[in-house]
Amino acid sequence: MSEIMVKDKDISVPGETLAVGMDILPGMGTYRDGEKIIANRLGLAMIEGRTIKLIPLSGRYIPKTGDTVICKVIDVGFNGWRLDTNSAYSAMLSMKDATSEFIARGANLTQYYDLGDYIVCKIVNVTSQKLIDVTMKGPGLRKLKGGRVIEVDSNKVPRIIGKQGSMVIMIKDATNCNISVGQNGLIWIDGEPMNELLAIQTIRKIEKESHLSGLTDKIKEFLDKNGKHK
Amino acid sequence: MTYKTRIDGRGFDETRPIEAKVGVIKRADGSAMFKIGNTWAYAAVYGPRNLHPKFLQDPQKGILRCNYNMMPFSSSGERVRPGGSRRSKEISLVTEKALLPVLDLEEYPNSVVDVFIELPQTEAGSRCAGICAASMALADAGLNMKDLVCAVSVGRVADKLLVDLDYSEESYADGPVADIPVAIMPNSGKITLLQMDGEVKKEELMKLLEMGKKVLMNIYEIQKKALKEKYHEVEV
Repeated sequence: MSEIMVKDKDISVPGETLAVGMDILPGMGTYRDGEKIIANRLGLAMIEGRTIKLIPLSGRYIPKTGDTVICKVIDVGFNGWRLDTNSAYSAMLSMKDATSEFIARGANLTQYYDLGDYIVCKIVNVTSQKLIDVTMKGPGLRKLKGGRVIEVDSNKVPRIIGKQGSMVIMIKDATNCNISVGQNGLIWIDGEPMNELLAIQTIRKIEKESHLSGLTDKIKEFLDKNGKHK
Repeated sequence: MTYKTRIDGRGFDETRPIEAKVGVIKRADGSAMFKIGNTWAYAAVYGPRNLHPKFLQDPQKGILRCNYNMMPFSSSGERVRPGGSRRSKEISLVTEKALLPVLDLEEYPNSVVDVFIELPQTEAGSRCAGICAASMALADAGLNMKDLVCAVSVGRVADKLLVDLDYSEESYADGPVADIPVAIMPNSGKITLLQMDGEVKKEELMKLLEMGKKVLMNIYEIQKKALKEKYHEVEV
């Protein structure tokens, strides 16, 4: 009875009918209208058993609980810091989540994080009104000193990190740079200037060719050809 | 003189040649171009992003802000004074109303989605071209949408019913003219924009809407193709 109208990994546009039939379930990015399952956004259709979902290909970063993000301090208040998350909403870092050190009452908070500082933090809570709480307590969460921050499409971050971090480790090894990738599409790079530039070039290349198969080999080749300014 | 054939030789139910492309503006979150004959529209979408002044924020859902702008020497007549006008404000408003029914901004409370529509050259039908471009750009920006929106103008010149009027037809002097821009959501067939300048009979209007619907399905296919083309290589 039921019929799937799209192939796996087809691109679907909003309003497109993906399937007809009650025994197929609508997944992320789709909705049901009577018998039909319809695309709710632009995306890559994925058929997983009886569910159809859409993988987003574009769009701004939407904050999610558990994401590790790179943020910029935009305001310092009485109880903590306000951070720019590279999305429509700013995050709050409260004093008790910021450090395990004792902070005296009325202390000047800028000695910990000052305006304009970049920090790696983790989102602990996002409310329905998109109020965001972040913490600095966890492995790898820290203030970033030196280096530079670049912005990429947040939908491409998984490709830049690679499976178990393989891609980013490869870039780190080839360029001798320290690299931190935030899920919100901000990437921090620190190293020798020429190496930083090479790392940026490589990341831009991954961003551009993220959809191609055999990307890891291609990037390896690119790094071998251009790399090793030591 | 009666109006027998169209000035540029098209059929009465034919549009001018259409060209559409997605992703034309790199710094925008979503962008698209829609050309119909000599009317060119570019749309850029930014957001969802932080909304200021704060009193405009809606804690229930994000808001949509459209901005329609004709460039100073875009039309064949006089220079359009740059900046907003009464006309551009109206068209920005109806564009917003035409696009809102497909958009679901409940996931982005207190934020704004900005749509900028720029027209480097126009020859009638600019609000329709703007709406077509904007709906593609919104889809490109990855927003939640129930459907796309397609728009075209239909109308009457003398005693003939036709689609996609160009400037010479809109300003035809030897008989009554009606210019009716229509926008629909192609999958449900619901109308999101219907304006009229001039006079038509009720029966004529019904007939025009039928003619328009047929043409709009073609436009929908063009929009769909343009959107898929941008991401085409992903399929490999």
